[in-house]
Amino acid sequence: MSLEAFNNRNVAEGDYFLVAIEEYPTTGWDKFKRVVKRTFKGELFVGLWVVLREMIRFDIHTVQYPQEKMPIGPRYRAVHQMKRLWESNTERCIGCGLCEKICISDCIRMDTKIDENSRKEVTEYTINLGRCIFCGYCAEVCPELAITHSGEYENASEQREHFIIYEDMLTPIDKMKAGKQLEFEGFGAITPHEDERVKKTPLAY
Amino acid sequence: MDSAYLIETIIKVVVILLIFSALAGIGTYFERKILAFMQRRLGPMNVGPYGLLQVAADGIKLFTKEDIIPTNVVTPIFKIAPVITAATAFMAAAAIPFLPPFEVFGYEVHPIVADVNIGILYVLGMMAVGFYGPLLGGMASANKFSLLSAARTAAVFISYEVVTGLSLLAPIMMVGSLSLIDFNEYQAGGIGDWIVWSQPVAFILFWISAFAETGRTPFHLIANDHEIIDGFGTEYSGMRWGLFFIGEYANMFFISFVIPLIFLGGYGDGSLFGALGLLGKMSFFFFFFLWTRAAWPDVRPDQLMWLCWKILMPIAVINVVITGFVMMF
Repeated sequence: MSLEAFNNRNVAEGDYFLVAIEEYPTTGWDKFKRVVKRTFKGELFVGLWVVLREMIRFDIHTVQYPQEKMPIGPRYRAVHQMKRLWESNTERCIGCGLCEKICISDCIRMDTKIDENSRKEVTEYTINLGRCIFCGYCAEVCPELAITHSGEYENASEQREHFIIYEDMLTPIDKMKAGKQLEFEGFGAITPHEDERVKKTPLAY
Repeated sequence: MDSAYLIETIIKVVVILLIFSALAGIGTYFERKILAFMQRRLGPMNVGPYGLLQVAADGIKLFTKEDIIPTNVVTPIFKIAPVITAATAFMAAAAIPFLPPFEVFGYEVHPIVADVNIGILYVLGMMAVGFYGPLLGGMASANKFSLLSAARTAAVFISYEVVTGLSLLAPIMMVGSLSLIDFNEYQAGGIGDWIVWSQPVAFILFWISAFAETGRTPFHLIANDHEIIDGFGTEYSGMRWGLFFIGEYANMFFISFVIPLIFLGGYGDGSLFGALGLLGKMSFFFFFFLWTRAAWPDVRPDQLMWLCWKILMPIAVINVVITGFVMMF
């Protein structure tokens, strides 16, 4: 079924029809006739057959969760990840503060300073996942694709503080060196075939 | 009374108690599984293979929970009410022949605790006394929902006692005895002799009122979860609540034995095939209790009363009258 069928809110056209509702019986004889009709129509057995059919068909829809998991979409927005640069294995975050600025639930907090190479360095970066509403604005606004969402949705812990540590979100250095950092293709990532769509900046005029 | 008879009776009582207490537990497992399959779920799966040990887990939970007596309840009545339900359910089993007589080491065993000559009357009477459990429990609970449930219990049980008794009157007139064994002997000749062929109306009426007697789904309004929470069981916890549960499931099993014994030939001629046949028929009726729970909605109390007094009772009376005329001429 296509989506148009649901998007069309015009009730006057399409497959909508009025359900035939019988007149409510008023006289005793009519009521009696309705009782007899309902008694011998066998509607109860229709219900019995439906559930028995489903039992015989045995088309079970249960997902036994801890053992089985539903696939999640690539654009699923779960716990954040901080990425590293492929070239130098250092953090991608340039401390621009855009994510902190755009965050609508005020859960990102960062501190920066100018280091000895007069580059901006991030000294403190926390995301309070207790407040985060996983809207994805931070990943979308990040100019370096440094902060992205991951598909990791099983985040239970003893303490809420476990959810705000920058080091936990950052790709581990050994995993980075093994070249196993996953580039997240979901929310905020560059769309595929972006290279072909890039045009030269028209500097001629 | 010789001691051999006494020992035999005690053994039979213990065996029936043990088997049906266990069956009541396993009945909950079957119910959860069958309901789940009918609703495209899996039901209990994690405790033991295919969730089979769920019964044991539930049992341990019920036995080890704190026995809470809330304030403001009438303590002695509150405590005794679940015992009434469970005890009367098992007492009703005394007059039910579960299997044909068989021989163990040359000793003939009759799998019935007491073949009293008023068997059916005793069984129905005991099941009727069982209604004091929900009634007293609901009234003693100091809870409005429990009180509503108690009122409904009284209404439902008393109304459907009428239908049960009147619908059974016609078969009793035909057989001329109240003993379930005599009923079985009457139908021992095979399928053609079953009372259901000569008394189909009584069979259906008794079947319908069996749902009211056990409080199962179309007539589950004495403990309807969605309107009166758990009815009489709201204030109960732990094993006292478990006793209500055991009573309900034991009742389901016993009534599933009684229906085939009265109408569907029971264990027939007493052969192994007949015994298996009785168990099969019992299983079908038990399955039907679960089946309707998956398929049918509950009725309102006023609809239930309407059905009982305006439809079922007149039909039962007419059935008795017609049977009487047919037997007379």
